[in-house]
Amino acid sequence: MTLDPSVRDAVLTAVPSLRAFAISLSGNVDRADDLVQETLLRALANIDSFEPGSNMPAWLFTILRNLFRSEYRKRRREVEDADGSYAQSLKSQPEQTGHVEFQEFRGALNKLPPDQREALILVGASGFSYEEAAEICGCAVGTIKSRVNRARARLADMLSIESMEDFGPDHATRAILAGGSR
Amino acid sequence: MDTPPASTASSRHQGRLGRDVQAKIGNQLRAIYDDVVNEGVPDRFVELLKRLDEKGERGNEP
Repeated sequence: MTLDPSVRDAVLTAVPSLRAFAISLSGNVDRADDLVQETLLRALANIDSFEPGSNMPAWLFTILRNLFRSEYRKRRREVEDADGSYAQSLKSQPEQTGHVEFQEFRGALNKLPPDQREALILVGASGFSYEEAAEICGCAVGTIKSRVNRARARLADMLSIESMEDFGPDHATRAILAGGSR
Repeated sequence: MDTPPASTASSRHQGRLGRDVQAKIGNQLRAIYDDVVNEGVPDRFVELLKRLDEKGERGNEP
């Protein structure tokens, strides 16, 4: 396979955002990077099915999401989470970046149902339109809209509950951490 | 919330969020996402594409 330079550039340009999406899906940088690598291999092996001039990022995101979905389903079957250890391993992954002020938000985000989280991220962070996000997720535009709305509502709910705890002793600890870690 | 809701249009639809809440969620979401985006393209992916490209140039697999 000889890569058209413009195709290669388009793929590389999408990588940073693909990684961010992959991290949000898998909750783990290493697994996310493996997922991105697999996505690129898969994409280039099937580059003939990419229509020149069409939406490269959306095409790559679709591949990545499908890979993640099938990998996740497989793993869940293998482990069948007898003791919840796989779910636990997802939750206990170290944070990829250490901004203390985002830990609460990240925690709340991770508690969202995967469908809602992915819709919110595609629309709210990756910058896809509702239509593109629907295409990536293989569902109706209305489904994406309602997932995004529910995700926002749940986040607002969780964060306002947690921000009440900000008045507890933890607030002081966090203030010190935030001030001292830079 | 430190600002009162701009309007009570929210009553039309239960669970409709105030604009300040939506903005706050959007900002935090983009901040953590952009943290990763700003790391750019890790070398392993640049090399991967280069490797795949060279493989292709040396001879197309049948």
